[in-house]
Amino acid sequence: MSQTIKLKKGFDINLAGKAQNNVTDAGNPETFAIKPTDFPSITRPKLLVEEGDKVKAGTPVLFDKMTDKVLHCSPVSGEIVEVKRGAKRKLLEVKILADKEIEYHTHKTYSSSDLKSLSKEDAVEQMLKGGVWPNLVQRPYGIISNADETPKAIFVSCFDSHPLAPDYNITLKGQDEAFKAGLEVLKKLTDGKVHLNVSADRDNPAMFTQAEGVQINKISGKHPAGNVGVQIHHIDPIGKGDLIWTINPYGIAQIGKLFLEGKYDASKIVALTGSEVKNPQYYKSFTGSSIKNMVKDNIKSDHVRYISGNVLTGERIDADGYISFYDNQVTVIPEGDFEELLGWIKPTTSKLSFHRAIGLLSFMNPNKEYVLNTNTNGEERAFVMTGEFEKVLPMDILPTYLFKAIMAEDFDEMEALGIFEIIEEDVALCEFIDVSKHDLQGILRKGINLMING
Amino acid sequence: MNPIQKFFDKIEPLFEKGGKYEKYYTLYEGHRTILFRPKLVTGKKGVQVRDGNDLKRMMITVVLAMVPCLLFGIWNVGHQHFLAIGETASFMSKIGVGALQVLPIVIVSYAAGLSTEFTICVIRNHPVNEGYLVTGMLIALIMPPNIPLWQVALATVFAVIIAKEVFGGTGMNILNVALTARAFLYFAYPTDISGSVWTYIGDATPIDSYSGATALAVAYDTAVNGSGTVLSAFANYWAEGMYTFKNMFLGAIPGSVGETSTLCALVGALILIITRVGSWKIIFSVFAGAWLMGLGFNALGLNAFMEMPAHYHLVIGGLAFGAVFMATDPVSASHTETGKWIYGFLIGILTVVIRVVNPAYPEGIMLAILLMNVFAPLIDHYVVQSNKNRRLKRATV
Repeated sequence: MSQTIKLKKGFDINLAGKAQNNVTDAGNPETFAIKPTDFPSITRPKLLVEEGDKVKAGTPVLFDKMTDKVLHCSPVSGEIVEVKRGAKRKLLEVKILADKEIEYHTHKTYSSSDLKSLSKEDAVEQMLKGGVWPNLVQRPYGIISNADETPKAIFVSCFDSHPLAPDYNITLKGQDEAFKAGLEVLKKLTDGKVHLNVSADRDNPAMFTQAEGVQINKISGKHPAGNVGVQIHHIDPIGKGDLIWTINPYGIAQIGKLFLEGKYDASKIVALTGSEVKNPQYYKSFTGSSIKNMVKDNIKSDHVRYISGNVLTGERIDADGYISFYDNQVTVIPEGDFEELLGWIKPTTSKLSFHRAIGLLSFMNPNKEYVLNTNTNGEERAFVMTGEFEKVLPMDILPTYLFKAIMAEDFDEMEALGIFEIIEEDVALCEFIDVSKHDLQGILRKGINLMING
Repeated sequence: MNPIQKFFDKIEPLFEKGGKYEKYYTLYEGHRTILFRPKLVTGKKGVQVRDGNDLKRMMITVVLAMVPCLLFGIWNVGHQHFLAIGETASFMSKIGVGALQVLPIVIVSYAAGLSTEFTICVIRNHPVNEGYLVTGMLIALIMPPNIPLWQVALATVFAVIIAKEVFGGTGMNILNVALTARAFLYFAYPTDISGSVWTYIGDATPIDSYSGATALAVAYDTAVNGSGTVLSAFANYWAEGMYTFKNMFLGAIPGSVGETSTLCALVGALILIITRVGSWKIIFSVFAGAWLMGLGFNALGLNAFMEMPAHYHLVIGGLAFGAVFMATDPVSASHTETGKWIYGFLIGILTVVIRVVNPAYPEGIMLAILLMNVFAPLIDHYVVQSNKNRRLKRATV
């Protein structure tokens, strides 16, 4: 039943600025935002509110015209103060000015024993309306799951192996009941198994290892061992026509609270990490919260980059920007927009490299914590090196051929080479180590969009 | 701010859009990025930090790996020169003679190649690629020491344009660029790249017993004229001890500038393998293929060349240099890891087959690699196909 999977390939990016194990309250910030751009599948967002409207936490704010049952809800109560649009009136952010005390939109509540008899239809209905449905992400394509379909299995990666990733022992502390309830609901959504994949190398919270009615698998290895796509590939791979749903443990606890407490609880513990943070630690925060309060007077220099998420898959945000839906980490690193005399040939111990080309000495010191800036360390070039991407992608996939198929927009090749099995996070390490500096995650998303839209 | 940066900043407007020299922006950028790592930063989405490595550093690693071959080549050209004219000379005077002969070839190769490259970059407005850093040195090292410099220049220009740029530049070529230059000379000027060009004589007069024959030519001649074994012909060579296994391994023998020393090529291989820039799979399998084919010919034993001990194949001619620096070119080699084993192995086999069986071409490594360059996409096709088939097998629809 339970499997142990040992992955040999991969690479850990060891950065300075790991969060200390304590949780602080920086005080709720004034503004929050819902960003449709957090969801790659949202192409035609429709607003349900206008500027000036009052909303409660859990009030539907927008939906996508293509998947109109899935409602995206406000994380807090307050007033819609701005609807920010970009080029071609693309909806970028819906900003909310928060109340001092959060008022919740209420849903039906269940006791843990009621949940067992809850029907699948009622569960799905409440999840769609309650704002928690976007936690369910389907493979292929890494987009919000379609409530009308039934997946062959549901996969949960119970550890995050990204650089400076938060620890679920802290971010989900005290949420055992909610997690258990969420898992109970989740089991109704598939005819197959729910897989909880825990780390074989670290301490796992008891709520994962002692979960009932699910298959628990152990995964060991370097990053990307914690990526759910890699885990699926080794446990129950996706072929053509297969459908698998994924969710992270935070999302499960959020679902649990929707049913136990009847509310959309968007509060989350967020790790503030990175070499430029004076005091890296965990903060009480919310989905869509401004990072303003936690970074205030807490940054070492003024020329830094704020990232919602981690350095591999995150997104640059402003100093008063907002935490994205799927993130529970904020990283702050130095900007690298300066020239360096003979920087391409000088021997260096300060730049981290997967490679060992002349003068790159980081391989001699694997345990050092590196301070990396945002410089690309070189210009974009044609693909030249071969056989390197394979070393950081522990899947039976030939990444270079897949990328070339995407660039050539060859649908049959994309499918044959495994585009159903991977999403951006799985090729992020390939992008990091790429000596030709391609935007591989962007290329992959372009290919996935081609597959979706035909 | 550094004064050079100031200078670049001052002249930058001339090269920008609307400036006087906007056509030459790519040259401006090319020079600036050689001096300074550019200030480019990662985008809004995607990775926010990047590996410290880039293509420039990869390429310079290969150039550094070739330095032992270059230095040894310079000495060896002088050494062969004084052997042929029957004089004893000091280490420094050998270096002196060799440097005067070799460095102009290196300079001409880089000058001709880089000017071609720059011209094409300006015409097609794409950034200057660093691939030529390696190609320039490779071309110089596989030229005979007597080569007329205009031929070096012509071959270089031909190779850069026909083998690389017409395919779209660095990363797109099918054939190894340096070997194309060598093959061009081989077929365009056959008289200038065979016979006794392998030793630089200059204005001096060689001693009476001198012959410029390489070990491959001696072996081939023995097989055709049928007198005794190859090893005894090696032993009777005019310069005593020239073609012993040890001396051929060390490389103090006539041949192209940088290809004679198996030892130096192996030092280069070590650098490439430790830095993980060159594929050890290819290097190993070329040697393995050549040795096994040599053993096969031993078993067949139809003529004296076939009977030559298999391990001699590994130290004569340019096999080691080709295996280490030419076969491992990632662009023209097989791109898949399984493919690399097959690709290298076939190069080794073909090299020995061409050497022993084909009367027209005494050295096989050049043609073997070029031939396998053409077949590498086919090998990859089957490796990729098997990957696709594994995926297809588990499809449910």
